[in-house]
Amino acid sequence: MRYLPLTQPDREAMLGVIGARSIDDLFVDVPEAARLDGPIPGLPLHASELAVERHMAALARKNLAAGDAPFFLGCGAYRHHVPASVDHLIQRGEYLTAYTPYQPEIAQGTLQMLFEFQTQVARLLGTDVANASMYDGSTACWEAIVMARRVTRRAKAVLSGGLHPHYVSVAKTMAKFTGDVLETSLPSLTAEPDTAALIDKIDDDTSCVVVQYPDILGRIADLSELAAACHAKKALLVAVVTEPVALGLLKSPGEMGADIVVGEGQSIGVGLQFGGPYVGLFGCSEKLVRQMPGRLTGETVDADGKRGFVLTLSTREQHIRREKATSNICTNSGLCALAFSIHMTLLGEAGLRQLARVNHAAAFAAADRLAEVPGVELVTPSFFNEFTLRLSKEARPVVRQLADSDILAGVSLGRLYPGAESLEKGLVVAVTETTTAEDVAVLAEALREVLA
Amino acid sequence: MTINPSGWRPEAPQAGANEAATFTGNRALMLEEPLIFEIGSTATTGVDFGPAPATSGSRLAGLERTAPIGLPGLSEPEAVRHYTRLSRQNYAIDLGLFPLGSCTMKHNPRLNEKVARMPGFADLHPLQPVDTVQGALQVINELAFWLIDLTGMHGVAMSPKAGAHGELCGILAIKAALEARGEGHRKVILVPESAHGTNPATAAFAGYAVEDIPATAEGRVDLAALKARLGPDVAAVMITNPNTCGLFERDMKAISDAVHAVGGYVYCDGANFNAIVGRVRPGDLGIDAMHINLHKTFSTPHGGGGPGAGPVVLSEALSPYGPLPFVAKMPDGHYKLVEEETADEDHPQTFGRMTAFHGQMGMFTRALTYILSHGADGLRQVAEDSVLNANYVLRSLAGTLDAPFAASGPCMHEAIFSDEGLAEGFSTIDVAKALIDEGYHPMTMYFPLVVHGAMLVEPTETESKAALDQFIGALRSVAERAKAGDPTLKSAPHFAPRRRLDETLAARKPVLVWKEPELAEAAE
Repeated sequence: MRYLPLTQPDREAMLGVIGARSIDDLFVDVPEAARLDGPIPGLPLHASELAVERHMAALARKNLAAGDAPFFLGCGAYRHHVPASVDHLIQRGEYLTAYTPYQPEIAQGTLQMLFEFQTQVARLLGTDVANASMYDGSTACWEAIVMARRVTRRAKAVLSGGLHPHYVSVAKTMAKFTGDVLETSLPSLTAEPDTAALIDKIDDDTSCVVVQYPDILGRIADLSELAAACHAKKALLVAVVTEPVALGLLKSPGEMGADIVVGEGQSIGVGLQFGGPYVGLFGCSEKLVRQMPGRLTGETVDADGKRGFVLTLSTREQHIRREKATSNICTNSGLCALAFSIHMTLLGEAGLRQLARVNHAAAFAAADRLAEVPGVELVTPSFFNEFTLRLSKEARPVVRQLADSDILAGVSLGRLYPGAESLEKGLVVAVTETTTAEDVAVLAEALREVLA
Repeated sequence: MTINPSGWRPEAPQAGANEAATFTGNRALMLEEPLIFEIGSTATTGVDFGPAPATSGSRLAGLERTAPIGLPGLSEPEAVRHYTRLSRQNYAIDLGLFPLGSCTMKHNPRLNEKVARMPGFADLHPLQPVDTVQGALQVINELAFWLIDLTGMHGVAMSPKAGAHGELCGILAIKAALEARGEGHRKVILVPESAHGTNPATAAFAGYAVEDIPATAEGRVDLAALKARLGPDVAAVMITNPNTCGLFERDMKAISDAVHAVGGYVYCDGANFNAIVGRVRPGDLGIDAMHINLHKTFSTPHGGGGPGAGPVVLSEALSPYGPLPFVAKMPDGHYKLVEEETADEDHPQTFGRMTAFHGQMGMFTRALTYILSHGADGLRQVAEDSVLNANYVLRSLAGTLDAPFAASGPCMHEAIFSDEGLAEGFSTIDVAKALIDEGYHPMTMYFPLVVHGAMLVEPTETESKAALDQFIGALRSVAERAKAGDPTLKSAPHFAPRRRLDETLAARKPVLVWKEPELAEAAE
């Protein structure tokens, strides 16, 4: 038991100081019927580091890692190259094994980093302020809907059909219990996003419109008109960004008038990790800041007048306000926020723009190459690094078939929208700087065979 | 880069009494570090992309970002130095005892980190075809079964992203179960005053009215008062066990029975599970739902405030309502993912999805690695050593600090003290800040609310006796000084990277993002 430093003589000496005869004396308050006499039967006993590593490595080998295959999945999680120094730095014990910075005098490392993170995120999203992160994009999206309800005192949210279906599912789950009203729709397999339809749905009961940018099919819409339509009815525009690298090339939602911008920050610094942990981004305009959920770091001075940072505006939060808090959130996603921030610092504006350009160029080269395959049609004329193809066959079995030959071809809309016949031929393909021309050629050839 | 002029406020006094006047503002290994916005440039990058691709225009629908974004970059050596220097301003478990009550700051084994980074786990997309991720699904399934066996419960929801998200999961399962029974009219959740703030916040978020459960003088739930309040309007009680006063709720089974008798459910806040893992199964106490903070009991790193992970174990009554997605093992040994698509067949009463994907996979690999390392015997030893360490602290300091529940029996994994007996004008914060100068992270302060000036000390099982003896000596010394009214405590910490910070100023004039100095001035 290599993680337990007490020796048997230590334990006996300590029991002596306490005045207990045995360890059982310390568990006297447990009702007798509920006491376990020894290790729970049927479970393995302690194991060596070598044995555990061997077991876990065997499980890891049962998976097809993205790096071992031509890989084209996106839809809310993207594979990007993360510089080696990012992972090295986040493994420093002073970050990895620190707690939420409740004692700011000895947590300036985390606090200054979070202040830098908040600034980077706000600038990227085009908002005045941003918080110290949320669990992930999907929960940040729901928190934005709730925040819009608090701000507008209205309970109807209009969700775009282009919003990630899992984000819609999360919101539907929560709304069932909170009484929020959601208007949702399926996306249609067309070139145009549903901006016009959204504008038609805004009325005097609407708290917000939630729109993804770029959307689940990869489409890009100008949000300015939608923002104006929201504001005309005193509703808020919530924009959701699941691929923040796109904002290296695309106008930010804040610039186009979004009041709250949330996002999934996984793409920068965090890695795929089979869905988590990720890092939710949350930005808004300055006037809404006191309605924001989550931790916030702010600048102040210490007793000597030196600049320092603290957690602030905590009167919004559960540990002070209890049942009147803006959210029940306690943890953020600190270490993932650190990874995001380090990666963003390494990129800088010039690097982020270059990364975005490389992604975009690779994506449209791939789109053109794939569209040449008989039975493949490009649905989305404009996109960032992710686009939708219409196949001549149902896409989901195609994806499974290609996976059998170790090609991870993309996300079929059948997987995301099971039972929606109008979408079943859709395949969403993501291309990043990690995708090679050879990968694209392999996919094109495989599609040619399977669609023939 | 070593000079940090903006670390100083020109209008503020230049140096405190203990401030050496150096050119740089540094003091040897205590290094000031500017913000990236003060040292970086938007033209600098620490990443190479190789030759630029040949492009033929763009397809961005005319939405190119033309305005500057304002994101500074650093070269790799500068970035490594920036974040390394910042890291040295943090306290961490790797540096010393971190007795933050209710937070279980135990050692984070490095094998966990190594395993989580194996490409077969770290480099998997959540939407890959399930045949390509069988090993990942097996990890989730193995961990799920450990959690079920260790708690004696029926099922487990793995997807909640943190403790508070787990609380929400449990409360939503309760609400769904009540609605299925046609008892959606139950609108009250009872919560002890000593509960974590997340409990009432969660209940309120799910639309419940929150009422306090009174406590007895010995620091436990007042069973008689609770029973008197139970009725047909009560949906659930939320109890923390062991509780936040560090005590085991002796009447837990009786509480559960009473709540069940009136048709309610029992939620247990499992933040303190570390004290009883392998010694007591919550399922044997009548609990219906309990979240498990993998970052507490099962050693996944706290990371400066997350990511956490909060799987929720559920009783037989609540399991049918648990969230999507989840992993199921098929008779042929294959694992499948139950999502919306097959929910009607496989899990028809689910309350739905709580998060985009499958939960905190990176934390599952770490927690399973930890659990396999300890095994059933080691985990039991974890509980015993954590309780032994806490009682050792409690009894060693009971003569120095007021221990309000010392007569209530042994404590569990944490020892609680009050500020009674400190000199006039001295409070818990002065003790805490002086502990910083002694090289420790302070204990949890002013929580739970039921103890005046509470100091909640949780040493965890990963501290040696020698480490505890030194900590006890330090806390005793500081407490004696506070009782004697030593004025230097009021200005502590003296030796930390920063002295006490002005939190009122931060909240009154929030500065949440950095602005170029001329813009910041214009805003004022």
